[in-house]
Amino acid sequence: MARALVHMPPAAKAGEVIEIRALISHPMETGYRPGPDGKVLARDIIRRFSCRYNGEQVFSAELHQAISANPYIGFFTVATVSGTLEFSWEGDNGFAQTEKMAITVSAS
Amino acid sequence: MKQPVAALLALAIAAISAVATIGYAQEPAGERKSGAEFMSPSTQAMQRDDTLNPGMLWVSGGEALWNKPAGSSGKSCASCHGEVLSSMRGVAARFPAFDAGSKMVVNLAQRINLCRERKQQAAPLRAESEELLGLESYVAMQSRGMPVAPPQDAALAAAAERGRKLYFQRIGQLNLSCANCHDQRWGKRLAGSTIPQGHAAAYPVYRLEWQAMGSLQRRLRNCMSGVRAELPPYGAPELVELEAYLALRDKGMAIETPGVRP
Repeated sequence: MARALVHMPPAAKAGEVIEIRALISHPMETGYRPGPDGKVLARDIIRRFSCRYNGEQVFSAELHQAISANPYIGFFTVATVSGTLEFSWEGDNGFAQTEKMAITVSAS
Repeated sequence: MKQPVAALLALAIAAISAVATIGYAQEPAGERKSGAEFMSPSTQAMQRDDTLNPGMLWVSGGEALWNKPAGSSGKSCASCHGEVLSSMRGVAARFPAFDAGSKMVVNLAQRINLCRERKQQAAPLRAESEELLGLESYVAMQSRGMPVAPPQDAALAAAAERGRKLYFQRIGQLNLSCANCHDQRWGKRLAGSTIPQGHAAAYPVYRLEWQAMGSLQRRLRNCMSGVRAELPPYGAPELVELEAYLALRDKGMAIETPGVRP
């Protein structure tokens, strides 16, 4: 399984904007590069990233060939209630990975 | 008659100052600049912030390996060394070092593999493998911010001296030495990139061009291939000796592992 690192505050006040940073190890092979034998290497990229907050999608992104290996995605969301944020990456060759992070939200 | 003498004298003075410049092995301490200072602000930010630094993916892999038993001994690194924060603090600052067991000067990656073979009774990790780079970065990161402090013993001094000679030796079809670029032309441009002073305290680094983590030996081989020279294999004594000289040259500079380079 690929290594993934997600950084976000473990606790926030209700209504607070929180920053989330997600990094995952992936080669993001473009499908345009020749390998050592001169043959073009098959495309192997992450196609989609999404973040669900207690089941509701709060952020998603489509990824393409021009994105570097080990893609980093940073975004913001509003802390509403305590619960779990689920991050998932899906891509070529059946690539799928999910990470979960808990957040505690206190009344503002 | 007077003019040729004056010309000769001027030539002699020029020759002496040229010799003095060549003989000068190190930049004065105040003027040493880490490669990070030559990078764009965005790349600097990437290195500074662990949540942005892709090298942390390797570090986290190294952390997992540190705690995972390997080999027929059934021991992990942690079984003997315990808490990495205390046991590995400052260790990377003292490498390369002379290893009494193998009677060789070894770098940190080789030292990790010696431990695997001797203590864990496990197969050594392949040079430049994700696992070895991960463990090396994880161990080296514990010395982040500490000054490079090469040990002072005769065996290491001899290796560093051989490394120093290599540093000033012109090699390859382009007939360039390390010093030609990194001592004499640092700050100038080589194609699109700025030539740094060739300090090595940030290794292993995540190089954007490689889209991956790489060791100092990979960087050295990269430069050697750039001047069209023959490449010594990973772990070759020449490369370790060059590393030993670079550690001496970087003495006192802060360790930056895991560094990010363009």
